[in-house]
Amino acid sequence: MRLDPHSRKWGLVAGLIMSFMAAIGMIRSFDDRMMINPVLSLGYIALLLSPALFGYLAARGEVNILEEPERNIAEGASKGAMAGLIAGAVTVAFLLVTSPFDLSGFFPNISTAMYDVMTFHQGLGVGSLLLVAISALVGALGGALYGVGDVARNGIFRALGWVMLFALFELVVTDVIDFRPIVRFIYVQGGGLQFWSALIIGGLAWWLGVRYQGKRAEYSDAAKASEAGSRLRYSLIGVGILLLIVLPMIVGGIVNELLINVALFILMGLGLNIVVGLAGLLDLGYVAFFAVGAYGMAVLTSPLSPTLTPALNWWVALPIVMVFAAIAGVLVGTPVLRMRGDYLAIVTLGFGEIVRLLLLSDWLTPYFGGAQGITRIPGITSGPVTISGTSPELFIYMTMIFVAIAAYVSHRAQNSRVGRAWAAMREDEDVAEAIGISTVSAKLLAFVTGAIIASFAGALFSAKVGTVFTNSFDVLVSIIILVVVIVGGMGSIRGVALGALMLIGVLGGPKSQGLLTEFSEFKLLIYGAILVYMMLKRPEGLLPSVRRSRELHGAEAEQDAWLDRKGDFVDEDAEEAVT
Amino acid sequence: MSTEVAPEVAKTRRFKFNWVDSFLWFVRVVAIIAITVGIVGSFQKFAAGEGPSAVAWRDLIISSISTGSMYGLIALGYSMVYGVLGFINFAHGEVFMSGTMVGLISATLLFNNGFWESNPLISIFVVLLVAMITSTLVAIVIERVAYRPLRGAPRLIPLITSIGVSFFVQYSFAGLFGVALRNYPPAPPRLAADLTVFGTTFPISGTRALVIGVAIVSMIGLWYFVTKTKTGSAMRAVAEDKEIAGLMGIDVDKTIVTTFAVGGAMAGVAGLMWALLFRGVDFLTGFLPGIKAFTAAVLGGIGNLPGAMLGGIMLGLFEGVGPLLVLDGLGIPGVSQLKDAVAFAALVLVLIFRPTGLLGERLGSEDRV
Repeated sequence: MRLDPHSRKWGLVAGLIMSFMAAIGMIRSFDDRMMINPVLSLGYIALLLSPALFGYLAARGEVNILEEPERNIAEGASKGAMAGLIAGAVTVAFLLVTSPFDLSGFFPNISTAMYDVMTFHQGLGVGSLLLVAISALVGALGGALYGVGDVARNGIFRALGWVMLFALFELVVTDVIDFRPIVRFIYVQGGGLQFWSALIIGGLAWWLGVRYQGKRAEYSDAAKASEAGSRLRYSLIGVGILLLIVLPMIVGGIVNELLINVALFILMGLGLNIVVGLAGLLDLGYVAFFAVGAYGMAVLTSPLSPTLTPALNWWVALPIVMVFAAIAGVLVGTPVLRMRGDYLAIVTLGFGEIVRLLLLSDWLTPYFGGAQGITRIPGITSGPVTISGTSPELFIYMTMIFVAIAAYVSHRAQNSRVGRAWAAMREDEDVAEAIGISTVSAKLLAFVTGAIIASFAGALFSAKVGTVFTNSFDVLVSIIILVVVIVGGMGSIRGVALGALMLIGVLGGPKSQGLLTEFSEFKLLIYGAILVYMMLKRPEGLLPSVRRSRELHGAEAEQDAWLDRKGDFVDEDAEEAVT
Repeated sequence: MSTEVAPEVAKTRRFKFNWVDSFLWFVRVVAIIAITVGIVGSFQKFAAGEGPSAVAWRDLIISSISTGSMYGLIALGYSMVYGVLGFINFAHGEVFMSGTMVGLISATLLFNNGFWESNPLISIFVVLLVAMITSTLVAIVIERVAYRPLRGAPRLIPLITSIGVSFFVQYSFAGLFGVALRNYPPAPPRLAADLTVFGTTFPISGTRALVIGVAIVSMIGLWYFVTKTKTGSAMRAVAEDKEIAGLMGIDVDKTIVTTFAVGGAMAGVAGLMWALLFRGVDFLTGFLPGIKAFTAAVLGGIGNLPGAMLGGIMLGLFEGVGPLLVLDGLGIPGVSQLKDAVAFAALVLVLIFRPTGLLGERLGSEDRV
């Protein structure tokens, strides 16, 4: 039998990914998190995801959009099995080649613990065979999945997806249910789903999915088709708002803490979205405005601020901070007005770093506290109530109010004269100038609006944490906000919210942990991978704005269709399993 | 005709007040005044016998030049890629870091054998080869996986991609090598001592002399490669116009890979220099030198290879000498902390004063404005 080229290619890729994940210690460290007790840990899921996914791709082979593909279970399974076999063999080769040497001096993660996990605790000989066999089996399952009919495949994806969600978000589920017998029924003490509850969840998801398949599409179509201003749309929005108001009351402190983080990043994402998504100016130093907000608020409200101690009320200080942020926006915005888009990116990055280095320096220490930072920032006092980080269930409403303001401003700006000017400028600056748009004021307006929104986030952040240090403001923050905006969809408000929920909430922010604490060591690696993947396969983001995707794909139709190489697209089915 | 139009144009130009331009002029004037005052202040201090001595200044300049030549070598990679593809390869700093990191393994092995002490030059050559090969491979893989599918995409998309690549590579190395700072073995005493040629001792340590020497040799080699070889002319042709170069029978993809490979090799050389100058490496080593090298490329004129080298040395001087010369003279305390801030400020000022760089930029036909 001739070796199928797709099986060979995807098998090799899968094997390399598996070896890589082993070498960076991902699988070893994920192994500590049990998903389905006692059989499956997150480490093995991460390990076996590659053969499954690439087995599926091998079975799919060349994508031809024009023809309905032939789907055949046996053929798919055999191709997938071949890919899985190769993947397993590559991984075993990696293990066997490295095992005779003691590499832990250079590569701390290529350790005996890693070999132990990779070989299923069976020793190198038996374990290697086991790894190849399991990898081939999983590959075959992945390939067979391609062969089965649409209904069955969607059902399987849905079932797997829900089981994974329940296993991953154990913390939230226990927090929401908060009733011991039920929690004990679903989860094992010390982590992981009970085996039978995993079966029940999967079965339910399948059954409900099949039962309501047609109806769900109907509903979502209706929601999409509902015009702005129609009754259905208003009621949907109303339900959403109600849910947001009720949600913080249901969940506990930890989740609320997390939601505040997410909300702060939504806020900053909305601000950056105006600059990057609407006006098309790639700002890599956005954290500088966040720092202006946080430090401005700290200096104005804290009784311990080094030199200036007005010790104002938060609400009194807020307009002053906004003015500072606006000035900072103009100061950063003006020198970069004439620059090419990519120079602008690097220069703003430079500005962001300059701000951080100056705050840290001896020169400005008398004003901003240098490395000691500013402490004892009071909470937000409005009349008798003081809201600070110690009461996350109240603080979340505070941040929500500001998110709502920012969302409203972006929404109105987007559909106004300014928004159209930004869109025109983003598409072609010279043409925009020629038809009478003042690009100078349009750009500055974008910078100033973005800066003010970021200063809101900074002001809230300092009131929540109570202290400000320079290390909360390094370039990483700017980049992570950018990833949030890009993953969600540049120019799209819903997109930013989704991006922040998925990235900050689940993976964790630059300094904070997300729901999946296991990921914190590798979250920036995953951020990088997501960013590259999104740019290659879906540059318009998960929830794109209509205009943006038209821009990106319109250019595609006219030019040489660079996006058309979606040949090896890891398609929606797989994504559905994740989300 | 023209005699009638010209004065009108001149008139409108003369009376048009543009506050952005005025602001930029204001920035320029303030910058010039601040720099002048700072330098004068430093000279007064020096004349009064305060601050660093003449010997200290000389050493500072020499060390700045050697650091700067390292920036210059990294900048070559930015400049070539920008010249050919028209985007900032943000991940180039990581290419440099990968060479340094993997070079560390070979250096440590050689050191443990005792070979490092007995044959320092051969050992350094081995480390150089390892670093160059690693960086070249990393650069090629990055190009193949991340950038090739993006040919012809809007120009910010490859830039954003390269930020993602940069993170991915950084944290892959964090996973592979751990997050701790590791040190290269110390330079052998014969090399660390002041350079002595035919009995005359120069006031420069052997490692610094080696660094500058390697930079000069690499630059000459690169210059020969780009201007005299067939592959080099193909590279220049592709930089000028990809489409037409393709029509002339040049394999554009292959040439672009060569560009990345050569840039990577230069970054590998810079990786060895980092090892000789600073010794300590970790997974974040590539970030700051990467951005500074980009600054150097812009400073010299992007796409311009001699410019990149000159820009690197200038930037090394700015950040090495600048804080003491200018900021100290202005009476700012703790100037050495502001080294990086000075480098970034240099970038902003260059782009305000002379966005085309010192020696002028050389861009392909599509990127020229």
